[in-house]
Amino acid sequence: MSHQYHLKIWRQKNSQSEGKFENYSIDNIHSDMTLLEMLDVLNQQLAIKGEDPVSFDHDCREGICGSCSLVINGNPHGPDSGTTSCQIFMRKFPNGSQLVIEPFRAKAFPLIKDLVVNRSAFDRIIASGGYVSVDTGSSVDANATPISKIAAEMAMDSAACIGCGACVAACRNGSAMLFVGAKVSHLALLPQGDPERSRRVQNMMTQMDDEGFGSCTNMGSCAGACPKDISLDNIARLNQEYMRSLLKG
Amino acid sequence: MLDFKSHIPNGPLQDKWSNHKFESHLVNPTNRRKHTILIVGTGLAGSSAAASLAEAGYNVKIFGIHDSPRRAHSIAAQGGINAAKNYQNDGDSVQRLFYDTIKGGDFRAREANVYRLAEISVKIIDQCVAQGIPFAREYGGLLSNRSFGGTQVSRTFYARGQTGQQLLLGAYQALERQAHEGRVEIYPRREMMDVVKINDIARGIIVRNLVTGELERYAGDAVVLATGGYGNVFYLSTNAKASNASAVWRAHKRGAAFANPCFTQIHPTCIPVSGDHQSKLTLMSESLRNAGRVWVPLKKGDNRPPHQIPENERDYYLERIYPSFGNLAPRDVASRAAKHVCDEGKGVGSSHLSVYLDFADSIKREGHDSIRMKYGNLFDMYQKITTEDPYKTPMRIYPAVHYTMGGLWVDYNLQSTLPGLFVLGEANFSDHGANRLGASALMQGLADGYFVIPVTLPNYIATQSIVKVDTQHPNFAEAENEVKKTTSQLIKIKGTQTAEMFHKRLGKLMWDDCGMSRNESGLKKLLEEIPKLKEEFWNDILIPGDENQLNNELEKAGRVADFMELGELMARDALERKESCGGHFRTEYQTSDSEALRDDEKFCHVAAWEYNEKNSIRHTEQLNFENIHLQTRSYK
Ligand SMILES: Cc1cc2nc3c(=O)[nH]c(=O)nc-3n(C[C@H](O)[C@H](O)[C@H](O)COP(=O)(O)OP(=O)(O)OC[C@H]3O[C@@H](n4cnc5c(N)ncnc54)[C@H](O)[C@@H]3O)c2cc1C
Ligand code: FES
Repeated sequence: MSHQYHLKIWRQKNSQSEGKFENYSIDNIHSDMTLLEMLDVLNQQLAIKGEDPVSFDHDCREGICGSCSLVINGNPHGPDSGTTSCQIFMRKFPNGSQLVIEPFRAKAFPLIKDLVVNRSAFDRIIASGGYVSVDTGSSVDANATPISKIAAEMAMDSAACIGCGACVAACRNGSAMLFVGAKVSHLALLPQGDPERSRRVQNMMTQMDDEGFGSCTNMGSCAGACPKDISLDNIARLNQEYMRSLLKG
Repeated sequence: MLDFKSHIPNGPLQDKWSNHKFESHLVNPTNRRKHTILIVGTGLAGSSAAASLAEAGYNVKIFGIHDSPRRAHSIAAQGGINAAKNYQNDGDSVQRLFYDTIKGGDFRAREANVYRLAEISVKIIDQCVAQGIPFAREYGGLLSNRSFGGTQVSRTFYARGQTGQQLLLGAYQALERQAHEGRVEIYPRREMMDVVKINDIARGIIVRNLVTGELERYAGDAVVLATGGYGNVFYLSTNAKASNASAVWRAHKRGAAFANPCFTQIHPTCIPVSGDHQSKLTLMSESLRNAGRVWVPLKKGDNRPPHQIPENERDYYLERIYPSFGNLAPRDVASRAAKHVCDEGKGVGSSHLSVYLDFADSIKREGHDSIRMKYGNLFDMYQKITTEDPYKTPMRIYPAVHYTMGGLWVDYNLQSTLPGLFVLGEANFSDHGANRLGASALMQGLADGYFVIPVTLPNYIATQSIVKVDTQHPNFAEAENEVKKTTSQLIKIKGTQTAEMFHKRLGKLMWDDCGMSRNESGLKKLLEEIPKLKEEFWNDILIPGDENQLNNELEKAGRVADFMELGELMARDALERKESCGGHFRTEYQTSDSEALRDDEKFCHVAAWEYNEKNSIRHTEQLNFENIHLQTRSYK
């Protein structure tokens, strides 16, 4: 089936210039196309007209790399839960409907061009403590420390975060608590993460504040927008870990 | 004259790597930070190498296309990573992993490299567990395993269907830790455009800052390429959109030989193509073949829905043809079998270009929840794409381009024929011969990065007298100018067709004549078609905008230009290799029951191509099998 859509897309030449919405009409869109494939079609048409195509981040197109980062009709990664921008199919949107497409907006994610933002702040948060400090080659046999299946599964639930930043974009305070909570939880749930537990949570929280992410007011929009269904428990655990580190030092 | 010495250490196979480590020269810890190492690509191979070398004290700079190292293509690997731990007590050993890999590669890989890989595999899992990677576990708290194709043991470690993600995040976190300590500088949104040679040694790179468009120069004591595979030559593949061959291709033009370019892997279980609009293909992990049974209707053109086709009217063709490996036959074999049944008219779905992968029996046996626990995310992914529920109706799958065994030629030390240029991970050719076994790419990328390069690169540094150079050296200016010239030439054409259009056409040509099966006339035709396409490209490419900004169309055009040249070399390589082996299936060379027919007399070698603009030169490196007898591969 072939459909037609009205697109309203945020265009901005670079970080210094002012941005604005541009309107485009597009037709012959097959319902099995993904949203990004629809944008590919638009970009081919723009290129042929000699206009600047719309820049957007993407790579794996299967929901795992965390590159794609679009706000669609007001929702980071679109209206469905548990879905990245690249996993949205055009069959989702009725023929003739309007799609408003914007970048992930947050103070800590400066805009680069059109729909592309800079999320390096996340890398710096990880660099401040989101790891176990083991040098290559210094480890014991992998089965030396048994870990309960439940702990491993819970750690995996948290580790599934793809670092896309939808949580920040969805939060009206631009908070990164879900992202930080996911990494702190993943490592706190495993014995390997234990020795650095206190230091990790304190350093990551400090870095998060320094990057200009806002504070958490428990609205829960972050978890609602998360394409990997990272739950709010991770924020609760982050708070607990933080309190624990203050008490235990 | 290029140097093709493989530098395989002497001595018995089992001792080669230990002896080599002992004999390798070391760099004094206080001197290490004076040495700068440039690493391109932040996937498993690049990130693990960068973290490990930085931990050892070297000064590392790492470059990648993405906004963060964590987004590199390795993130998408699903099923698992092999290691010869024998935790299942099912008869596994280093020797068996070695044997399976050599046989799986259809006897076209180096014994010494493969043995080292098997040996190192066990340490990788130790390292990853120490990093806190949440591998799947049993109720007793020990690590869980599953089976992959081409093996009869359970040696694959996994983290749900996101093993690559978890392994890459482990390496990325180790890398970020080093960045925090100031030992690594990470350069995101950078694309390497060329290697800079000084006195015929790789001493630097030119990269394009993808945000500003500026060209930047970096000098170092050695250059490491970990830029992944070239499956995107075919346009449609399971690779990420930005995966490309430009780094290796440009290094090739500077003197790094390209080995076995025609060895490409077509993965048997991917979601079938649904239309012309499609921009990439999605893999359904091989691990699914642990639980799923592959079948087609016995009758040609049987259009009944799957549940209406009774058991006795189904052909479980893998189980029928390969009784001992069944649904776990290796990839090349399973892919060809799928093509074969579809060519016979038994394919299912509206295009008749797919086969069923059916989970009904496993769900009955193990229960819905157990299957969800193991494969839930893959089932969800499938349902999102196709709108069909694989818990209720069988998946439909078809082979798709997935991996490239070929790559830059490297010696045992992972050094290319361009001295000072090392190549890791999928970008090199070294370990998988003519066909890679499932769950072995992650193993190889991490073996190269965590354990091999930290030994061999220091030995290189310690044994060469590397003079200091900086980016003011005239060779940097020269290389930068060449990049500038090509870029402005591309932009100036202002033709009528976009990079995407050329890429799709190239992909179709390659798939038709250099895909799952090949033959002389098709390859010859391809060798006429590609040059025509190339000429058209250089006269008619359309790139909007200019080079002084973020310009995705320019990035794509540069990559497509290189894919066309590489495609031509792949076709030549496929034409010259007059035998069938692994993923390279020449229809002229097959047994009476349609299996690949090797010619060990004439082709038991690596073909390594030396670049020449007019006519690249084919060199060979003879392969010697001293520990495993050359034999016909059988999975029956
Ligand atoms: C969908 C899928 C599933 C897979 N599942 C498995 C599995 O279960 N088990 C397994 O063992 N293997 C699996 N593989 C294969 C495996 O993932 C890859 O072979 C492996 O991750 C490659 O790692 P790498 O570090 O060599 O390269 P990559 O991870 O490809 O990293 C190279 C990076 O370099 C970047 N790059 C390229 N050119 C340049 C340049 N010029 N400048 C800067 N950067 C550049 C690329 O964008 C890329 O991100 C899978 C592959 C796919 C596609
Ligand atoms: S493009 Fe990778 S998650 Fe969307």
